[in-house]
Amino acid sequence: MKPCPEEIVQYMHDYLDGEITRRDEQILKEHLEKCPACQEHMDQLSRSVAFLKSASHIEAPEGFSNRVMASLPKERQSAGVRRWFGRHPMLAAAAMFMLLAGLALFSNFNTSDQQLAVSTQPNLVVEGNKVTVPEGETVKGDLVVRNGELHIEGEVEGDVTVINGSKYMASTAVVTGRIEEIDRAFEWLWYTIKSGVKEGLSVFEGPDAGDEEE
Amino acid sequence: MEDIVKKRIKQVLKGDQSAFEEIVSLYQNRLYQVCYRMLGNRHEAEDIAQEAFIRAYINLHTFDQKRKFSTWLYRIATNLCIDRIRKKKPDTFLDAPVPGTDGLDHYSSLAHDSPLPEEEVEKMEQQERVQYEISRLPDKYRSAIVLRYIEELPLQEISDILELPLGTVKTRIHRGREALRKQMKKL
Repeated sequence: MKPCPEEIVQYMHDYLDGEITRRDEQILKEHLEKCPACQEHMDQLSRSVAFLKSASHIEAPEGFSNRVMASLPKERQSAGVRRWFGRHPMLAAAAMFMLLAGLALFSNFNTSDQQLAVSTQPNLVVEGNKVTVPEGETVKGDLVVRNGELHIEGEVEGDVTVINGSKYMASTAVVTGRIEEIDRAFEWLWYTIKSGVKEGLSVFEGPDAGDEEE
Repeated sequence: MEDIVKKRIKQVLKGDQSAFEEIVSLYQNRLYQVCYRMLGNRHEAEDIAQEAFIRAYINLHTFDQKRKFSTWLYRIATNLCIDRIRKKKPDTFLDAPVPGTDGLDHYSSLAHDSPLPEEEVEKMEQQERVQYEISRLPDKYRSAIVLRYIEELPLQEISDILELPLGTVKTRIHRGREALRKQMKKL
């Protein structure tokens, strides 16, 4: 018996895929009619397919979708936050501003915690953490000392503020402005807000007012 | 149906988890069926189908909404099934054939343990045979055959699900049919 053409089995599969050309189908049919072995092969393939298709339809078990829903990860909190932001853009912006402002103040307070800091004025004498306004000298403008001792023997034409430190006034001392001592975070915060508001107001008063203060 | 699904997907993406329930209801039978036919075990099928939906939920933002959702979902499920089959291979105590049951393993006996009327048993035996023959197919061919003949999907969609060229899918189905033919010569 002469061997069957190789492409016959390929034609069988093309036929089963529903993708056989007219011409190839004709060749397949003619071959199957005269070749019992290939006819048997084709029958077995068709039976296998029919057998597979006889598989009954299977449905998901009862309560399946409930179990899926119950095991989904909880709605992420960030989703909730995002939704809230979406609904209240102004409040969200305000909250964000407060948060950032608070952070800025706090970090400011912390970083300046350790070191001596003095507002730069001429004719101040700084030794270690002791700041002196020498007798007979006049300091023009506001004076701020942070983390240090302030000794006033001369004259200050402006406000004096001491943060986290102490102040000694000699009998010769003259301060034309207000004197304030601050030594806790809360007060520092309060002071910053107060001066912030003052600065804010001075902006409204116009540039002239600001110049006068210098 | 795809329109409803796309609407629900958008709702889920906006944070409405409950909109996902309708998606599950629409696809649960199809997904469970694929998993069952691939794995041959009801408990595992439920496990994997459930996992597929959870993964779909978590990764929903990565789904390209211009594409067909069912294709994406089938892909997640078939990949999970193939992983499971590969992991399962080394441990054989549940997969070992039960003596005198014509090749049925402990899994299939776990699946049907309640007594049934005789005509049900007769029907079941043929169904069991179907499942048994599918489970004997190499997993490469099994996924293509299940999608083609159980889910009755077009070749192009199978190629999209399995992320294989159309020609490769055809070859796998052809080889799957040949393997099945050889398995069932005695039928």
